[in-house]
Amino acid sequence: MFGKLTIEAVPYHEPIVMVVLGVAALMGLAVVAAITYFKKWGYLWKEWITSVDHKRLGVMYILVAIVMLIRGFSDAIMMRSQQAIASGGAEGYLPPEHYDQIFTAHGVIMIFFMAMPFMVGLMNIAVPLQIGARDVAFPFLNSLSFWLTMAGVILVNVSLGVGEFAATGWLAYPPLSDIQYSPGVGVDYWIWSLQISGIGTLLTGVNFFVTILKMRAPGMTLMKMPMFTWTALCTNVLIIAAFPILTVTIALLTLDRYIGTHFFTNDMGGNQMMYVNLIWAWGHPEVYILVLPAFGIFAEVVATYCKKRLFGYTSMVYATVAITVLSFVVWLHHFFTMGAGANVNSFFGIATMIIAIPTGVKIFNWLFTMYEGRVQFTVPMAWTLGFLITFTIGGMTGVLLAVPGADYVLHNSLFLIAHFHNVIIGGVVFGYLAGFTYWFPKVFGFKLNEKLGKASAWCWIVGFFTAFMPLYALGFMGMTRRLNSYDNPDWHFPLIVAAIGAVIIACGIACQLLQLVVSIKDRHKNVDETGDPWGGRTLEWSIPSPAPFYNFAHTPVVEERDAFWHMKENGVSEQKPAEYQDIHMPKNTSAGFFIGMIASVFGFALIWHIWWLAIVAGVGIFVTMVLRTFNDDIDYYVPAAEVERIESQRYQKLSNQA
Amino acid sequence: MSNQQQSQESHEHGSIKSYTTGLILSIILTIIPFGLVMTGALSGVATLAIIMIMAVVQIVVQVVYFLHLNEGSGPRWNMISLWFTILIVAIVVVGSLWIMFHLNHNLMVGM
Repeated sequence: MFGKLTIEAVPYHEPIVMVVLGVAALMGLAVVAAITYFKKWGYLWKEWITSVDHKRLGVMYILVAIVMLIRGFSDAIMMRSQQAIASGGAEGYLPPEHYDQIFTAHGVIMIFFMAMPFMVGLMNIAVPLQIGARDVAFPFLNSLSFWLTMAGVILVNVSLGVGEFAATGWLAYPPLSDIQYSPGVGVDYWIWSLQISGIGTLLTGVNFFVTILKMRAPGMTLMKMPMFTWTALCTNVLIIAAFPILTVTIALLTLDRYIGTHFFTNDMGGNQMMYVNLIWAWGHPEVYILVLPAFGIFAEVVATYCKKRLFGYTSMVYATVAITVLSFVVWLHHFFTMGAGANVNSFFGIATMIIAIPTGVKIFNWLFTMYEGRVQFTVPMAWTLGFLITFTIGGMTGVLLAVPGADYVLHNSLFLIAHFHNVIIGGVVFGYLAGFTYWFPKVFGFKLNEKLGKASAWCWIVGFFTAFMPLYALGFMGMTRRLNSYDNPDWHFPLIVAAIGAVIIACGIACQLLQLVVSIKDRHKNVDETGDPWGGRTLEWSIPSPAPFYNFAHTPVVEERDAFWHMKENGVSEQKPAEYQDIHMPKNTSAGFFIGMIASVFGFALIWHIWWLAIVAGVGIFVTMVLRTFNDDIDYYVPAAEVERIESQRYQKLSNQA
Repeated sequence: MSNQQQSQESHEHGSIKSYTTGLILSIILTIIPFGLVMTGALSGVATLAIIMIMAVVQIVVQVVYFLHLNEGSGPRWNMISLWFTILIVAIVVVGSLWIMFHLNHNLMVGM
C-alpha cells in the first residue's frame, strides 16, 4: 500500500533533525495562523497563487530563493562548525552519514533552489519591463514553471522529515549513487526534485527566449536591447541547450536504479565515466546560466549609478555571446584527473583559459564605465565593487585550476571549494543581491533601507574573504573536500578562521532580513513617487512604481539604446498620452498550481515506490493539462477608462512633485 | 500580450495529416532499432550503425513534422537557432566520443 514508506522513515531518534522539524513546523503554523487571522487566504489565492503576472511570479521566485538561502546556509554553518571542532580525529557532533547528506543538500539547494529561482525571479521582474512588453510570451507556462520549481523545493524539504536525502555529493556520481551502494531513498529524492524542477526551468528557458525575440517594443533592435536583457537571452539559450542533457543523464540513472539497466554501473558493460562526462556537459553551461544574468545586472547598475552610457556596449554583447558558445567546450576541466590523457586535457585546459578573455573584456568595460563617471555609492554599487574585486580573484584561481598539471595537485581539495565559492558568491550572489536592491522599488513602490543594505554588503564581503581564503591555504596543505573529521592538527586553526567567516556572512544575511523588515516599516518615508528613483536609463523606469499590472499603458517606441534616458533628454518622458486603449491581458489560472502540487505527489510516490499513487498523480497531471488546453476563457480586456483612471493617478503624483 | 510585433507574424501550423505522418514515422523509426536489439538479428557493429542512422533520421522527421522548420520563408532566427543547435550537438557528441575513447584507451577497458 505505501511502498517502501514506513514509520521508520521519520528520523524521530535523531534529536538535531527533530528540533529542526519542530521549529519549521512552528514557523509554518505561525504563518498559517497569521494568514487565517488576517483573513488573507482569498487574497493569497486570487492575487498570488493563481497569478500569471510576471512581476508577482518573480516575487514568489525570489521569496522561495530567500527561504532556501537560509536553509542552504544553515547547512553551511553546520559544516563549518563540524570542521572547526572535529580536529585531531575528534568526531564532532555530526555522524558521517548525516554530514554527507548536509554537504549534498547544501550544494543542491544553493544551485537549484536558491540561485536558479533567484535568477528566474529577477528575469521575470525585469525582462518584460525592459523590453516594453505587457507580460511574457506564455503567461500560463510561466506560472506552471514556478509551481514545478516549487514541487522540487517541496520534495527537497520533505526529505528532511520523511526518509533521507542523497549522501553522494551534489552531482550524485555513480557507482555511489547506484542502487547497489545507495539503496535508500536519498538519491531518489535527488532525482525527482531535480527532474521536476528541471522541466520548470526548461519551460522558463523557452518562454523567455520567445519573449525576448518576439515581444520587444517596436524599434528595439537586438543591438538596442538593455544589457540585462541580452544576458538573459544568452542564459535562456544555454538553458534550452543544456538542460535536456541533465534530464537525459538523470533519466538514465533513474533507469539504472529503478529497472536494473546498466548505463552507469560497474558491471554488465556500464560506464560511470560517461555519467561524469554527461553531467558536466550540462554542469559547466549551468554556471554560466547563473552568472551571465549577474553580469547583466552589474552592467545596468554601473551605467545607472555612474550616470554614463555603458562603456563598450557592442564588445559586451559579443563577449556575452562568446561566453555562451565557449561554455560548451570546457566541461572536461571538471574531470582532468579521470585520465583522458595529455591531448584531451590540454585542449580543454586551453579552452578554459580562453574564456577568461571575454570575461576580462567585461571587467574592463565596467571599470571604464566608472572611469570619470559620477559614481553614486549606493547599495547596488557596493555589491558591484565587492564583485569586481572578489570575482577577479576567483577568476584568477580558476585559470590556475585550468592548468591540468596544477589540477592534478588541487583536484577535489579545499582549493577547488574556495575557487568556486569565490566566483559563485562573488559573482552570482552579489549580482542577484544588487539586482534585488535595484529593482525592489519598481515592484513594491518603495526603496530599501540604505544603511542596512551597506552593512549587509560589508558583512558578506568581509565574511566571504574570512571564510574562504583559509580554504585556499588548506587546499595547498592537502586537505580534501567533504571531510567530517581529520587528524592533521595544522588544519585546525584555518578552519576556525573559516567558521568565524561563516558567522560574519550570517550577520550579512541577518542585515538583509532586517533591511526588509525596517524598509517595510518605513515604506511611507522611502516611497518612490516618480517611478524613476535612481535616474534610470531603461524602459522599466518609464512606468510608475509599483508597476501597474498591465505594465505599459501604451507600448513604447524605442529609438535608441538606453531608451528611457533618450526620452528624458528629449523631454517626452512625462508627456501624458492623448487617449487610452483597451488592454488585452491573460486571466489568472489555478492550473499551474494544481499541476505543480500533483507533480510533487507524483515525485513522492515514485521515490517511495507507491505505484498506485504515482499512476493516480500521473493521470491527475494529464487531466489538468487537457482541461487547461480546452479552456478558451483565458483572456480579457482592461477597458480604456480603467487604464485612464490608473494612469491619471500617476500624472497627478508627478505634478504634485513638480 | 497584444504586442504589435506578435500580431504581424503569421504562424504556420501543421495539419492533422502532417502530425499523424510524423508520429507514425517516429514510431517506425523507434521500433526498427528496438527490434534489432531484442532479436539480435545483426552483428554488434551493424546494429549500432543502424541505431545511429535511425536516430538521426528521426531528428530530421521531428524537426520537419513537429517543429515545421522546413519552410524556407521562416524567420532568420529559426535558421540561427537550428545552426546553433547543430553546433552544440556536434560539440557534445564529438567531444564525448573523443573523451570516452581516450578514457577507455587509457583504462584499457575490454582488455
